[in-house]
Amino acid sequence: MDFFLNLPLLVQVALKGLAVICVIFPIAGACSMAERKVSAWIQSRPGPNRTIIPAFRWVPVVGPFLQKLGAFQLLADGLKFLFKEETVPGQVNRLYFILAPVIAMIPALSTVTFVPFGAWIDRDGRVAPLMLANVDVGLLAVFAVASLGIYSIILAGWASNSKYPFLGAMRASAQLVSYELSLTLSVLPVFLWINAPGTPGTMSLAKVVEFQSQAGFWGGSWFFITMPVSALIFIIALFAETNRQPFDMPESESDLVGGFHTEYGAFKWALFFVAEYSNMIVGSGVFVLLFLGGWNPLPWISLATLAGWLGIAAHPVLVGVVSIVIFIGKIIGMLFFFMWVRWTVPRFRYDQVMEIGWKKLLPLAIANLVVYAVGIALIQK
Amino acid sequence: MAVVPIQRKPLTFAERTYLPQIAAGLMTTIRHLVKPAETLQYPEQRPAIPPGYRGAPALVRDPHGREKCVSCQLCEFVCPPKAIRISPGAVPEGSGREHVEKGPLAFDIDMLRCIYCGLCEEVCPEEAIFLLNQYSMSGLTRAEMVNHKDKLLEMGGTLPDTHFKWDKKKAAEEAGGAHH
Repeated sequence: MDFFLNLPLLVQVALKGLAVICVIFPIAGACSMAERKVSAWIQSRPGPNRTIIPAFRWVPVVGPFLQKLGAFQLLADGLKFLFKEETVPGQVNRLYFILAPVIAMIPALSTVTFVPFGAWIDRDGRVAPLMLANVDVGLLAVFAVASLGIYSIILAGWASNSKYPFLGAMRASAQLVSYELSLTLSVLPVFLWINAPGTPGTMSLAKVVEFQSQAGFWGGSWFFITMPVSALIFIIALFAETNRQPFDMPESESDLVGGFHTEYGAFKWALFFVAEYSNMIVGSGVFVLLFLGGWNPLPWISLATLAGWLGIAAHPVLVGVVSIVIFIGKIIGMLFFFMWVRWTVPRFRYDQVMEIGWKKLLPLAIANLVVYAVGIALIQK
Repeated sequence: MAVVPIQRKPLTFAERTYLPQIAAGLMTTIRHLVKPAETLQYPEQRPAIPPGYRGAPALVRDPHGREKCVSCQLCEFVCPPKAIRISPGAVPEGSGREHVEKGPLAFDIDMLRCIYCGLCEEVCPEEAIFLLNQYSMSGLTRAEMVNHKDKLLEMGGTLPDTHFKWDKKKAAEEAGGAHH
């Protein structure tokens, strides 16, 4: 730890960036595989279960198991994307066309740095968050950077210089603007509640988790119990923000071919894909931190309590590992929920998306904020 | 006739939020998720072929080893996609079956044209051509996909019938009687 902190700042930053890329890319790939498997299981199919590296054919139990799970299909897909010919259609604006997937990756990967993914117990015996950039603006930074992702979609749609990508980009921008409001409004009660008068104000996600790990009935309950409407609005808006079914208007294969990425192929397309999954991962991470207690194992049982039970409270590294496992487990659960919903709910019509966003979700979010603001003012006065 | 007025209830609040319906849908999909897959793992597992299945057509011999086809060419003429081509010829002298008079010199079925309609089997007066259960044909060239007479006879094998129509005909003729 000290060795790392003594490195020059630039090297540290580069190492952190590499870590993000090395973690997010494989996870996004695994997500695409999981998506295919979950969709297959939901449709009573086995899904990809044939691909195998010849050497693994002779590994007794593990080889066939991985083959059934489609693990090698993932490698095959990745290789395919790497080695496919990079074509650029003739009618596009080359610079912006190539820039768009790059711009998609930047916010998708940089938001990861603001998400605390675990906690360890520091020398003073306090639970300290593990994150790449512990900034006090926390959630604001996530929202600010994540909303830049829309520019890549608009750029892709515009630079493609063709009908369907353009329509997809238009839909995407309208949709993202509409749901960003509800998304932001829905988390305000959480921060109103944790920033009691007289305490230093914070937007830090780690502080939110800390708040959910307190002792007592109200302190230990997660925010999805005390603020169910906020959690509901947040998750619906999150589906819309990440362009997931039932809100995948920008892609909507049935009416827009492929939406904004119609003209893309090979690795450029894969970058959009990774960005989408990365956004999903960060989105579910933020949801878990805000409403599902972060790295706390269960409501009313905090990480420190669990560490005490397991007798590992004195080992900061072990506590860190346990917390990361719990947090990643919750994120995987959320990702499964995303996929589960995708293969259950049909896509909304575009006017329905707008109606839900502006006429239903936004008034509900405002009412929710007002009710909680009044309630919190009465409790904390 | 009694008129039954149907109550058209407006949607309840819960229904208008979609959420109970979405939850019900999620329950349905999770049930399917834990159910075993319905898929047949094709090359290893084969589907059960129902009786009356129409697969690749083939020629048959009778239990005495005589090719039953007499080269009447009805199947060639009835074949909608013109997949069958027969070159008729005389039954060679000394085979003991000269009285049958005609037999196919060549009998080709182009499996790239065949539509498995089964009209050839239906029209055949000699019960010489049958559709088999075989559904998986493959080849690397167009020529490979044309089944010649030897292949067709090999595919069809022997039909265990006991008519022996032409043997009876010959016996009746030799006894000086009318045709059976």
